[in-house]
Amino acid sequence: MGAVMGTFSSLQTKQRRPSKDKIEDELEMTIVCHRPEGLEQLEAQTNFTKRELQVLYRGFKNECPSGVVNEETFKQIYAQFFPHGDASMYAHYLFHAFDTTQTGSVKFEDFVTALSILLRGTVHEKLRWTFNLYDINKDGYINKEEMMDIVKAIYDMMGKYTYPVLKEDTPRQHVDIFFQKMDKNKDGIVTLDEFLESCQEDDNIMRSLQLFQNVM
Amino acid sequence: MTRLRPNQLCGGGVSQGPSQAVLGEGALGATRPLPASPSIFRQAQRGGEREPEEVENSEQLCRGGQELRCLIPPAPPLLLLLQRGHRHPPVSLCEWPRASPGFHHPGDSHIFLKASPQVSAGLGRGRMAAGVATWLPFARAAAVGWLPLAQQPLPPAPGVKASRGDEVLVVNVSGRRFETWKNTLDRYPDTLLGSSEKEFFYNADSGEYFFDRDPDMFRHVLNFYRTGRLHCPRQECIQAFDEELAFYGLVPELVGDCCLEEYRDRKKENAERLAEDEEAEQAGDGPTLPAGSSLRQRLWRAFENPHTSTAALVFYYVTGFFIAVSVIANVVETIPCRSPTRRPPREQPCGDRFPLAFFCMDTACVLIFTGEYLLRLFAAPSRCRFLRSVMSLIDVVAILPYYIGLFMPKNEDVSGAFVTLRVFRVFRIFKFSRHSQGLRILGYTLKSCASELGFLLFSLTMAIIIFATVMFYAEKGTNKTNFTSIPAAFWYTIVTMTTLGYGDMVPSTIAGKIFGSICSLSGVLVIALPVPVIVSNFSRIYHQNQRADKRRAQQKVRLARIRLAKSGTTNAFLQYKQNGSLEDSGGGEEQALCVRNRSAFEQQHHHLLHCLEKTTCHEFTDELTFSEALGAVSLGSRTSRSTSVSSQPVGAGSLLSSCCPRRAKRRAIRLANSTASVSRGSMQELDTLAGLRRSPAPQSRSSLNAKPHDSLDLTCDSRDFVAAIISIPTPPANTPDESQPSSPGGGGGGASSTLRNSSLGTPCLLPETVKISSL
Repeated sequence: MGAVMGTFSSLQTKQRRPSKDKIEDELEMTIVCHRPEGLEQLEAQTNFTKRELQVLYRGFKNECPSGVVNEETFKQIYAQFFPHGDASMYAHYLFHAFDTTQTGSVKFEDFVTALSILLRGTVHEKLRWTFNLYDINKDGYINKEEMMDIVKAIYDMMGKYTYPVLKEDTPRQHVDIFFQKMDKNKDGIVTLDEFLESCQEDDNIMRSLQLFQNVM
Repeated sequence: MTRLRPNQLCGGGVSQGPSQAVLGEGALGATRPLPASPSIFRQAQRGGEREPEEVENSEQLCRGGQELRCLIPPAPPLLLLLQRGHRHPPVSLCEWPRASPGFHHPGDSHIFLKASPQVSAGLGRGRMAAGVATWLPFARAAAVGWLPLAQQPLPPAPGVKASRGDEVLVVNVSGRRFETWKNTLDRYPDTLLGSSEKEFFYNADSGEYFFDRDPDMFRHVLNFYRTGRLHCPRQECIQAFDEELAFYGLVPELVGDCCLEEYRDRKKENAERLAEDEEAEQAGDGPTLPAGSSLRQRLWRAFENPHTSTAALVFYYVTGFFIAVSVIANVVETIPCRSPTRRPPREQPCGDRFPLAFFCMDTACVLIFTGEYLLRLFAAPSRCRFLRSVMSLIDVVAILPYYIGLFMPKNEDVSGAFVTLRVFRVFRIFKFSRHSQGLRILGYTLKSCASELGFLLFSLTMAIIIFATVMFYAEKGTNKTNFTSIPAAFWYTIVTMTTLGYGDMVPSTIAGKIFGSICSLSGVLVIALPVPVIVSNFSRIYHQNQRADKRRAQQKVRLARIRLAKSGTTNAFLQYKQNGSLEDSGGGEEQALCVRNRSAFEQQHHHLLHCLEKTTCHEFTDELTFSEALGAVSLGSRTSRSTSVSSQPVGAGSLLSSCCPRRAKRRAIRLANSTASVSRGSMQELDTLAGLRRSPAPQSRSSLNAKPHDSLDLTCDSRDFVAAIISIPTPPANTPDESQPSSPGGGGGGASSTLRNSSLGTPCLLPETVKISSL
């Protein structure tokens, strides 16, 4: 009987080893660390004070000890903020807006730069950032398909239970309205200038842009 | 430039016009006053408005860092944008669609159920994950991206309270200083450290927050704030940990996944152990019969706990003896006895040789068993349950054959059946399980290992059938083989697999021998597998039982020690009184002498007792004096759950019969142990005792009130009420429990001063006494 037990336990350990190797591999990958440039540099590049940068970095480092955020994390964060619906597509687009260098990971500098624009930037900069967000393929123009994707992603975040009930073509109508407003020359695409112009004409948008001044 | 026409989203057509602020149109649906939080989350919230930076009611269960946290987003501007004109139906979090991949977490369902509005409101947890708080500014900033799409202006942002910026707080826990950022603590505003509650602990002189708690446990609590995961310390008592959590306002559900399993196991174990303790207490193995118990109850007690009274013990042993006798008789009557009278000497079983003797013995045993069974049936609190219980079934099986045999006609046809019935007499041996705990444990183990046993049986059966078939066909060709059929081969297989090897059936062909050896090897394997499980089960239950017994024994010792301790201090007061220092006429010198060993607390305490005496015009006294005064006569075997050990048996001093002398009425009411102050740190135990003692109190109180006419009878029971338990801060020089609790006022007498609530007075005094005693 002792032999029986012995063989059993040895069998078990043998099975465990391959999985352990896999874990070690994964660990290796995550150990890759990124350290941001100096505090003074960041302070010069962004509109944040040293203190604010410190607070930002502490939170960032706590969440992402490796120093970079990847798309998965973005998606998870947004999933937590918008649990009603599916925020993954929007998080995807957002990630690519943050990841200016298209490396697939957002470092702290990118993060802080974008935040600086969004929170402390000029109207022009903010609108430009937004245009960049909408322009999925980064070709300088927003066409209807891109807008459809973005709007659809935003409506996905709402989830199923809304009032009034979301209809199938609601996003499409929303896009139509948007284009109607933004596309000055009705050529089916919105350029940066058209976008900036239309937005600056809209008081609502202008007013709302000031909303997020004091988020930090 | 026309304004954007609000689309159907907003719930209806509205007129256009540049001046028409869409916001103002209530017809659009739920445009709600700003900056209130979105309505959907209002249900889940506690109702109050909250700052968005603060945590809205998000149920956070710390299941690992980036994993799912069922949480309600707290950013109103973002949501109001999307919700403009939308009113979310009251939806419990249970129904939210889980489209995103991040949601597919195995434990989801119960997480969501927990986060239902009522529950989350009840839990009052506005917990947000540590990480989520960090990302919130980013998410809000990213809302800029929605601006051009917005068809209505976004609501203004909530006012930001003047943030002092982050600073380092110092938390001093019993001398160990922990320092952390204020933001870290603010992550969980529903806890002690995260809310303004910590201001109560702020020490302005040192500028730190001081907590008089365990610093080792605090480490875990603080780490929860830092990492968002609550870990359970392995070497600490789980209950202590729970208490710390309760103090700091953390819910035990926050324990992280890594430690959750162990935490739950230990907690369950603890709870089981405590339940066992309680059961043991309530089962009342002490002499604790409440007064109004009927004959039935007493009888049942006697049966269940033979140690309570001598009669029960005697009965116990007698039945045991008769069980043994009966079993031995059954065995002996089959032994062949040589009958000398006949020639040639013929052997016949003793049962046939002395039929009358055996019959008489059998009758006697059965009579006793029947009597016992009927008595138990009569005394059982729930007869149906008793009838269904295993022990009663065994009893019935033990005695039934006899009666059946009595009434069966003595002819040859049924004598075969009669013989079979006699076999059942051997079941009397199972009656021993009432007498032996080991047997009961064995039975319980087998019951709890039913599945393993079942598996063993099943696998054995499978193996037997397989091998029997194989052996049969292997041996088929042989002449004069024993393996005549497959069922015949069963016997061989069983004997071989259990390694018995009788040798009455052996294979002769080579194939048969080969398969036979495989059979025996595999037999060892199959049997060895479930056995360790059964063994470990048995060991666990056995140890549990041993533990329970040990605990019960220790409990008695503990109680005794506590009583001693209490008696020591109660003596202090009496000693003090005897020295006459309470009397106004006491001389100054004497007073000074007697005061020498009393702390300020004790002085005040004694003064309080003295006030009470003056209020009620009765005095505290000790048992000896009391019993002397009453000329007490013990009233039978009524005992009470006395929390104080009397030097004499309980009957001596306490019980009054109707022969209470009249003069004793004047010293009427002896109050319960209001002076039960313990000078050595057994406060905790006293508290628990107090808690324990509460339970019989109402009963007796009600019986007191209910039967005023029997007052003398009932209330003269020596029931002790722990009226007031006052804690004395233990002086630093005190030694722990084990030390002999000598009263501070001098050597306390051996007698404890139990103050009894026996109202010698008239019935009308009863309510008063009860009230007083329930201080």
